[in-house]
This record gives sequence, structure tokens and C-alpha cells, in this order.
Amino acid sequence: MNTLKWTYEVDGSDFTRAGEASSAVKKNLRKLGVPPEAIRKVSIALYEGEINMVIHANGGVITVEMTPEKIDMVLADTGKGIPDIEQAMKEGWSTAPDEVRSLGFGAGMGLPNMKKYSDEMKIDSTVGVGTTVYMTVYLQ
Amino acid sequence: MNVQDIMRVLDAELICGEDNLDVEVHNACGSDMMSDVLAYVKDQAVLLTGLVNIQVVRTADMMDMVCIVFVRGKEPDADMIALAERRGMVMLKTQHRMFTACGLLWENGLRGGGKANEHLKMDL
Repeated sequence: MNTLKWTYEVDGSDFTRAGEASSAVKKNLRKLGVPPEAIRKVSIALYEGEINMVIHANGGVITVEMTPEKIDMVLADTGKGIPDIEQAMKEGWSTAPDEVRSLGFGAGMGLPNMKKYSDEMKIDSTVGVGTTVYMTVYLQ
Repeated sequence: MNVQDIMRVLDAELICGEDNLDVEVHNACGSDMMSDVLAYVKDQAVLLTGLVNIQVVRTADMMDMVCIVFVRGKEPDADMIALAERRGMVMLKTQHRMFTACGLLWENGLRGGGKANEHLKMDL
């Protein structure tokens, strides 16, 4: 099987559309017959990442690549960056504004959850330049 | 119990998903915080919430849930209903408050997940 690749622009101005890319990926993986547990891991990790992009970084680009062995996800934004990644990874730590919390997010579980549901995760971030999150879920 | 039983126990009104009322469910969770649903929920088929926005439906979809129950008489909007219908999800509305709704379902056999600290140790 060849490598399959999908790219999605995430609109950072509209919270109601956050999750559309993750939902489309989930649908594609289902059609391709990917095992349900892998679909679940990819969907949740990607959805959390997509929500983060909208809340914190005014959107960005999501790229998903699938091979027979694994699914690689890259979430790149040009937002304000994460000054202290170690602190941002702590459960319950959040910089989300109150209006985000009133929408049901911003509990400081996004990044820890992305780490939990992916098999590998790496964050590159530069303050004032942006953040790129790399996540992988293995299929075998 | 099935989704029809949830309707009966909670004296709930059906909003959408009438084709899936026979689906069997065993576990549920109640939360207004979607972050926590994504973090702690595993294999819960029913979401009880008082939060009303499209991300409630997306969260339930990502978690492969089959039914959303809006407590305190909360009403989803047309976009939420349309998305739930596309995903084959049932939406119900009850006038019960969250605590009472969860209690009634527990009393009738639905269960929740483990404790949060147990879940974090759990293999996915």
C-alpha cells in the first residue's frame, strides 16, 4: 500500500468548526478499515490538537500520513508558541481564557491527553514563531 | 439497558436518532467539561451534559458514543442535531438535573468508569 496523505487547513476564527479535520480523518480511517482502537487513538489525539490550535494559535495546518505501519500526524501553527513545554504538559495547567472554559475546554488536559493517546509525541515550539506537534500511532 | 430504557427512566424527550433506540448501553458519564470526557472516559456509550455547543457532539463522536442526554431541559441547536443525525447518534432531553439523572440511571443498572487515577494507569 502506498503512503496516504491528507492535509487540512484549520480555521482559527471559528470555534464551532474546530474538530472538522479530526472528524474527516476518522471517517477516512474507518473507510480504509483501520483497526477501531487505532482510529480512536488518532481521533482523540488529533481532536485535542485541533481544539488547541483554535483556542491558542488562531488555526494552522494538520497533515496526516498513513503507511501500513503507522499514522503520523503533524499539527503546525504560527501562534504565540509555548514558553515552557514541560509546564504545559502538566495535567490541569492551562492558559485558556474563561470563555473557552465555558465552552467545555481549557481544563489543562489537552497536551497530556494527546501524549496519552499517541504512541509517540514531540513538540517544537518557539515563542512568537509558532508550535509544531508531531504525533504517531502505530498500526502494528 | 437500551436507549429506549434511558428515555423511560429519565422521562426524556427524543430529539433525534429514533432508528437507534434499541442499541444496548452499559456505561455512561456525566460532565459539562469536554476536556475531562476526552481524558477520562473509556467505553462509555452515553454522555449526560448540561453543556450546549457543537463540540459536545464532536466529543461524543470522537469517543464513539451512541447517545447524548441533555439535562436540565437544555436544547441543542439545529447544527448540533444535524451533526448527531449524520453520525447516527441519539439525542435526548430530560428536565432532571445532572445529579438526579445520573442517580436514576445508576439505580437502573448503568455504570460509570473507574476512578480518575485508576484510568490514567489503564492501558488504552
